[in-house]
Amino acid sequence: MNIVVCIKQTFNTEAKIVLDSNGKIEDKGVNLIINPYDEYAIEEGIKLKEKFGGSVTVVSMGGTTVQAAMRTSMAMGIDKGILISDPALENTDEHGRAVVLAKALSTIPYDIILSGRMAIDDCSSQLAIRLAEILNIPSVSSVIKLEIEGTQATITKEIDGGTKIVEVALPAVITTTKGLNEPRYPSVAGIMKSKKKELKIVTLAELGLSSEDLTPKMNVVKHSIPDARKAGQKIAGEPAQAAQELARLLREEAKIL
Amino acid sequence: MAKGIWIIFEQRNSEIRKVSLELLSQGRKIADETGEPLVAVVLGHGIEGLAKEVATYGADKIILVDDEKLAEYSTGAYTSVLNKLIREGEPQAVLMGNTALGKDLAPRLAQRLGVGLASDCTGMETDATSFLSFIRPIYSGKAFTQVTSNVRPILATIRPNTFTVAAPDASHQAEIVKETASIDPADLRAILKEVAIAASKRPELTEADIIVSGGRGMKNPENFAILEQLADVIGGAVGTSRAAVDAGWRELKFQVGQTGKTVSPTLYIACGISGAIQHLAGMGSSKFIVAINKDPEANIFTIADYGIVGDLFEVVPLLTEEFKKLSK
Repeated sequence: MNIVVCIKQTFNTEAKIVLDSNGKIEDKGVNLIINPYDEYAIEEGIKLKEKFGGSVTVVSMGGTTVQAAMRTSMAMGIDKGILISDPALENTDEHGRAVVLAKALSTIPYDIILSGRMAIDDCSSQLAIRLAEILNIPSVSSVIKLEIEGTQATITKEIDGGTKIVEVALPAVITTTKGLNEPRYPSVAGIMKSKKKELKIVTLAELGLSSEDLTPKMNVVKHSIPDARKAGQKIAGEPAQAAQELARLLREEAKIL
Repeated sequence: MAKGIWIIFEQRNSEIRKVSLELLSQGRKIADETGEPLVAVVLGHGIEGLAKEVATYGADKIILVDDEKLAEYSTGAYTSVLNKLIREGEPQAVLMGNTALGKDLAPRLAQRLGVGLASDCTGMETDATSFLSFIRPIYSGKAFTQVTSNVRPILATIRPNTFTVAAPDASHQAEIVKETASIDPADLRAILKEVAIAASKRPELTEADIIVSGGRGMKNPENFAILEQLADVIGGAVGTSRAAVDAGWRELKFQVGQTGKTVSPTLYIACGISGAIQHLAGMGSSKFIVAINKDPEANIFTIADYGIVGDLFEVVPLLTEEFKKLSK
């Protein structure tokens, strides 16, 4: 089975967000991690390989720092990687990145493509599904259970208030979420091995793309940092008094209930 | 020339989801401001009866697409139908809820149309040059980005509970247009086997106006009963934090926060929740936050509008009694 896992390197969840002098998100000095939702994709890819054989390829976009995230995924058990690295990637949007990713994937075989349902930095949840559309294959999002028999996948996905089970023929794009599996930690042996695994770096030109193909559909007007939510009022007193006062405040001050 | 604001409605068993009415209500304001027609697009099966209700929330036109293949949502069928309608109707903007359905459908549709998409927006403004701009939280709400597009239509998914539902106007009339579903058979690739939605008298978490949520401080699964009693008195949903899910006390579907649901209720009551950044990521856009925690240093108090430092097992039942009194 040819398994592809698309991951993104993101800021650490705890990172403080500030803007630089150009109004862009400052990335200096921020700890970087694998997007948490992508860890489920990595784990599922490795599990599929353990069950069906074949190989797992990790694909990502970005600068040289992204290699660290890819090496971590290799330490977990991914076999090889492709990093699409090009300055032009900074000036595009979800549409452009989907075009790039689709082009890169068209150069390798795939039976299943796994990726997290959302990246915790841009929170846009678009790329994997856009990718499926360009590749003209089905996509199933927010997957919490995946069973494969031959070329048929039976998939349980989260919907609002419940779950849905669908069947699709492979190849397909699957977006992963919590509940699918428990991502493993890299072993020491895994870390040693990961350093020797193949990590290919490709540019847009090598993929036959130009910056025109990446013309964004969306324009960013500006970024802003919201005022920190302030601590409000602590209600003192015995529990009974405090409860009564809280109910009153919610009704009279907040005008709810 | 592109014209109109389209709201893609979401219904389940002929029951309209609240977020669709929120968008139609807000859409009415933008339509009045810009002079653009407001169109509600309703897909499903056996949905003709919905038109009357939709009209009362201010739609100028309602496009109904009734087909048994649309009875349950599927990515392929919905994309196929909407792609064709949008190409023919050429709206300026297409809005839908940032629900499980919206999150699945909007990126597919955007890519097929070759347009941009602003996802999970919590604000929308009219814009002199590009018609509409959208404000969306990034980095789990630690920053906002304002985006727009010159490509038509602009697509956006809007977080539930961002806008309020206007009072219905029974005298409002809408033009009703019935369209046939043209579904490319090649689009019907996912075969639906089962839909399991647990029956619940409580509202769905992401669209609830009030959420009572419990964390590690609940100590065991049985204790959630006191939160359920409180929620039922005030018509709320019951949420939880990652700690309680990982401990096996509550189902994953109730988890609020990063790796769980993002919610934006009017009132969020956090009981025994310390307020880790991952939890705040999922509920920080709530309008009012109440924290009940015995630890006065708990991080949740730094963002709570009202806080009670105390034993939740004492305070919550007392609060339930207070609300019972108020509702009488």
